[in-house]
Amino acid sequence: MEWFETWGLTIIVFLPLVGALILGVIPKDNEDALKTTGLVATLLAFLASLVLIAQFDYSGGVYNTYQFEVEESWIGAINANYHVGVDGISLPLLVLSTFVVVLAVIYSWNHWDEPKNPKAFLILMLILATGMNGTFVALDLVLFFIFFEVVLLPMYFMIGIWGDKSPRKVPGFSKLFETRLYAAIKFFLFTLFGSAFMLLGFLALYFESGNFGERTFDIVELTRLGSGGAFTGTFAFLVFGAMFLGFAVKVPMWPFHTWLPDAHTAAPTVGSVLLAAILLKLGSYGFIRISLPILPQEAVNWAPAIAILAVIGIIYGSLACLAQTDMKRLIAFSSVGHMGFVMLGIATMTDVGINAAIIGMVAHGLITGLLFFLAGSMSHRYHTREMSRLGGNIKLMPVMGGILAFTAMASLGLPGLAGFWGEFMALVSAYNPLEGLSLGVFRTSMVLGAVGTVLTAGYMLWMLQRVNLGEPPNEWEGHTFHDVDRYEAAAWVPLIVLIVAIGFFPKVIFTSTTDTVTSLVDMAFDPEVTAALGSLMKGG
Amino acid sequence: MVGMRALVIAAEEGGHGAVEAGTGGFWADTAGIMLVLPFVAFLLILAFGKRLKYKGGELAVGALAINLLWATVLFVLNMTGGVLDQTTFEIARIGSDLVFELGWVVDGLSIMMYFLVNFVGLLVFIYALGYMEGDVRVDWFFAAFSLFAGAMLVLVGAPNLIQMIIGWEGVGLASYFLIGFYWEDLDNVRAGNKAFMTNKVADVGLILGTILVGVAIGSFDFSELSIAAAEHAEALGAVAVAGGLLLFFGAMGKSAQFPLHIWLPDAMAGPTPVSALMHAATMVTAGIYLMARVFPLFQNLAQDTRGLMVVIGAITLFAIGLLALVADDIKKVLAYSTVSQLGYMMTAVAAGGYTAGLFHLFTHAFFKALLFLGAGAVIHAVHSNNMSDMGGLRKEMPTTYWTFVVGSLALAGIIPLAGFWSKDEILATLGHEGYTAVMWIAIAGAFVTAFYMARAVALTFHGTYKGEGHPHEAPRVMTAPLVGLAIPSIFVGILNIPGVDWPGIGNFTEWLGVRVVPMGDYHPEGIDWSLAAIGLVAAGAGLALGWLIFSRDRATQKARDRFEVPALYPLLRQKYFIDHAALGVVGATTGPIARFIDWTNTYIIDGIINLVGGVVKALGEFVYGTIDQRAVDGVFNGLSAVTDGAGSAVRRLQTGRVQQYAAGFVAGALILVVVFVLIV
Repeated sequence: MEWFETWGLTIIVFLPLVGALILGVIPKDNEDALKTTGLVATLLAFLASLVLIAQFDYSGGVYNTYQFEVEESWIGAINANYHVGVDGISLPLLVLSTFVVVLAVIYSWNHWDEPKNPKAFLILMLILATGMNGTFVALDLVLFFIFFEVVLLPMYFMIGIWGDKSPRKVPGFSKLFETRLYAAIKFFLFTLFGSAFMLLGFLALYFESGNFGERTFDIVELTRLGSGGAFTGTFAFLVFGAMFLGFAVKVPMWPFHTWLPDAHTAAPTVGSVLLAAILLKLGSYGFIRISLPILPQEAVNWAPAIAILAVIGIIYGSLACLAQTDMKRLIAFSSVGHMGFVMLGIATMTDVGINAAIIGMVAHGLITGLLFFLAGSMSHRYHTREMSRLGGNIKLMPVMGGILAFTAMASLGLPGLAGFWGEFMALVSAYNPLEGLSLGVFRTSMVLGAVGTVLTAGYMLWMLQRVNLGEPPNEWEGHTFHDVDRYEAAAWVPLIVLIVAIGFFPKVIFTSTTDTVTSLVDMAFDPEVTAALGSLMKGG
Repeated sequence: MVGMRALVIAAEEGGHGAVEAGTGGFWADTAGIMLVLPFVAFLLILAFGKRLKYKGGELAVGALAINLLWATVLFVLNMTGGVLDQTTFEIARIGSDLVFELGWVVDGLSIMMYFLVNFVGLLVFIYALGYMEGDVRVDWFFAAFSLFAGAMLVLVGAPNLIQMIIGWEGVGLASYFLIGFYWEDLDNVRAGNKAFMTNKVADVGLILGTILVGVAIGSFDFSELSIAAAEHAEALGAVAVAGGLLLFFGAMGKSAQFPLHIWLPDAMAGPTPVSALMHAATMVTAGIYLMARVFPLFQNLAQDTRGLMVVIGAITLFAIGLLALVADDIKKVLAYSTVSQLGYMMTAVAAGGYTAGLFHLFTHAFFKALLFLGAGAVIHAVHSNNMSDMGGLRKEMPTTYWTFVVGSLALAGIIPLAGFWSKDEILATLGHEGYTAVMWIAIAGAFVTAFYMARAVALTFHGTYKGEGHPHEAPRVMTAPLVGLAIPSIFVGILNIPGVDWPGIGNFTEWLGVRVVPMGDYHPEGIDWSLAAIGLVAAGAGLALGWLIFSRDRATQKARDRFEVPALYPLLRQKYFIDHAALGVVGATTGPIARFIDWTNTYIIDGIINLVGGVVKALGEFVYGTIDQRAVDGVFNGLSAVTDGAGSAVRRLQTGRVQQYAAGFVAGALILVVVFVLIV
């Protein structure tokens, strides 16, 4: 398996793209061939990531060292390289990405939103997969940016073409918009707005790095410089701010979140699942991989602000959930709250907090992904997402209702299921943030975050009451509904198993992350380490 | 799976006057089986329950029967020599100092609870085989009931706060499922929600308390906590009062202390076996159990919190007990009684009476489960929860009647039944610790207890039958557990008569004292007969008065209610307006706030976004219409041809103007980027 060392990541990233190219030449009406190709491509990428898990060396990860690393010259003129690699932080997220895409393809097998067209949809899904996988392994800012942006277009088309056609009133405009159009544009513009600034930050780093040797986009190199204290002052402030905009929109953090409920509500089921499960993590991953290690001192300056926005997101998102009438929109808003916990963890700048963020990201991916699958399947059957028209679902479809109850419990952070650890550990870390950070801000955040868990329980139980319990409304009398079919079961059971497994044995994730994260925090904030790195620096 | 002997090692090395104890050998090493079997039953019932003869009831009963074997052996081992052991395995490690473990602890406290949960649980499960026969979703009932048993054992077996939280929320989940068992009726669903939410509010305290205490000593382990508290560890001392109060707040939720008791009476919406096992005998004692687990914290460091805790307990035991006087629903009478008795336990533990509180927990589990199951048998027979539909049932249901009387006398605290001894120890402890006023409240509470139980017995079993149909005695499968609970309700009290050591086995106090750090609480040396007499007089007076008023069948229910306590009557019927206040405030605020937030989302944040969008679009039109078309026409002609081609390709996919907006924006953004690059 020597070759896997060098080719493994490239295979995982580009296999889906190859699949997309093959799909391009398969006739549109040969649906079976299309689906099989899509499944094979994503499944192979997933299997390759399993090989990655098996071959990964988990012993004492030192931050800023990567495995399965490849570095090839790419755009010589700007010293941009094809540099990829994984470490303990990106490994679980990469596997999450390859895994959820497979489930999405399986689910799609007989669930095509109008206007169907499996060929185009599968191609978009595969391009999306390449973008997502690539973002998690990119070690060069240009490469990272490209993968980060590649994700945008397929999702834009998914929402804009396969999305919800119903008209929607937009405040400030007199005419009605199609939900999908408004949502797709909003998603696209918002993200692009953020990433324009992010790119600006990347470029600034590139030019500034010239003071310490050759200009570079290399994340490893920049991390080394940053830990040594290369980037400081107003420069660091502006660069961090620029990158913050890019990542914060993607997470999304309050108040940059409003594209999310619209995008989710409008998106086709699989689009929502991928959006919630993976796309949101690109933002928080960016904070951990780029902002924090490269600009550690500046991150400390920003940390209280991030924590405050995160907590506003937790409370605000949960309260907004309590006002929703649309089931999918409710789930979408719940993401704002859950990602708030992730960001709170990161803002503490501690190993506990960053580990909390990573397991929170994985758990949110699994749980909210499953919730969107369920919401999609239910609206597929009821042809409505309005909770006031639903009720007694568990009577009409016992299995689906049961899974919905389970997932809602997981989402409200029930201990023993995956969602608990991210929330609990984020609170632990907020109690004891990095030395020097304001205890007042963070401990207040801890208390408010804990209150947020109560609100979360509130809206989840409320949703269950309205959707699952009681007698079904008269509207559905005489209807028979097909309970969970086998494609749905095949896509959902693995998620359920993982939610329970991670809940009872979070080591599944922490085995990979903990050493790397500890070393990341040491490298960024331990005075001895940073001083040593600083003295190694050329020039400055 | 790595086994550890942390407890014994800690006890040996710590030198905190550790008790002599064995490790329990095989039975302690494998005690984890008890925590797992009910979950296995849960999954099996979900999968195959519908196809089985008893819809999975046999699996649920089987799991607890095996469990009871382990629990009994451990109980006997602990009686005869003491057992102290702990097995844990790591489930997560963050950095060097944050470790999460699961496992099971085997010591005097947990063994008592293992025995209690499995013994009462088994009898209630057997009873439920008869009670639930022919009901809807019997398989789901036994599945959820098994889930509860498993979670409860995870809770009581917890070697650390983390596992306790897992079990804690697990029993809360099972409670939610079973309160809302008849979910077709949304009232039951709301009762389940109320229980879950009230507990979730309290859980904020549990979670934050766990964090404060755990971070201070660098471990979530109870034995570490006990040792740190015993050694007056400085780090722990700094947060002890805050942490102690937070943990107490968590305990208030599960153990229904005033004012968080409001969920428990509503929880009676669940099937009666659920009320008996979960909402009377075991689950609601979780808060008391938590307080006992962290007792050294309160004993050594957080004494300042005691006053508040004792007062809360005293309000709970007296004021909420009064509510039982006016309830017509027999299950509500028992529910308020449970809240009141939990108040006794909490008061005792808070005052420093570790053994006293837990002994009452122990005896109460038997007779309160008995009373609920008896009530269930009656409800089964008359198809109503209301005592105004009952009466005169002693002839038709003799076994139920006699066992119910036994339970009532035990609860009332009549010598020599179980409740007398445990209540007497609480009174003695309160007196000794200097809480004299609270002791008198507790004595008054004993009067109230006796009064409402006399009322319940009289209205249910005496006088003439006022319901419909012809009630019959319950089947053997239901009466046998009644007898099985009546026997310990009579006898378990003598296990802890002050100053009495039973040959070879000692007494309850000694068994419970098998802990890493001995609790050092007060035990009466001998019976204080004058105090016992006062307690007995109070109970006897309550019984007599209740009997005098209610045994005669001469007045209507309403007239007697009014006769009861004229001044208090309206206040009690309205439950002191606490429910109204709490639900009113929550209901009146949450909705509007949530809608306001949603409004700001749509009209403020999005309003700004849309405004920006509109302005940019207008700007674009200006740039295009005014500048582009006239000034740089030539340059862009070539470019627009390309855009057109791409655009028409996309247009085949859909109709609409998104692409144009998007293309426009992409172009705009790229221009922006270029500008920025140039500036930098």
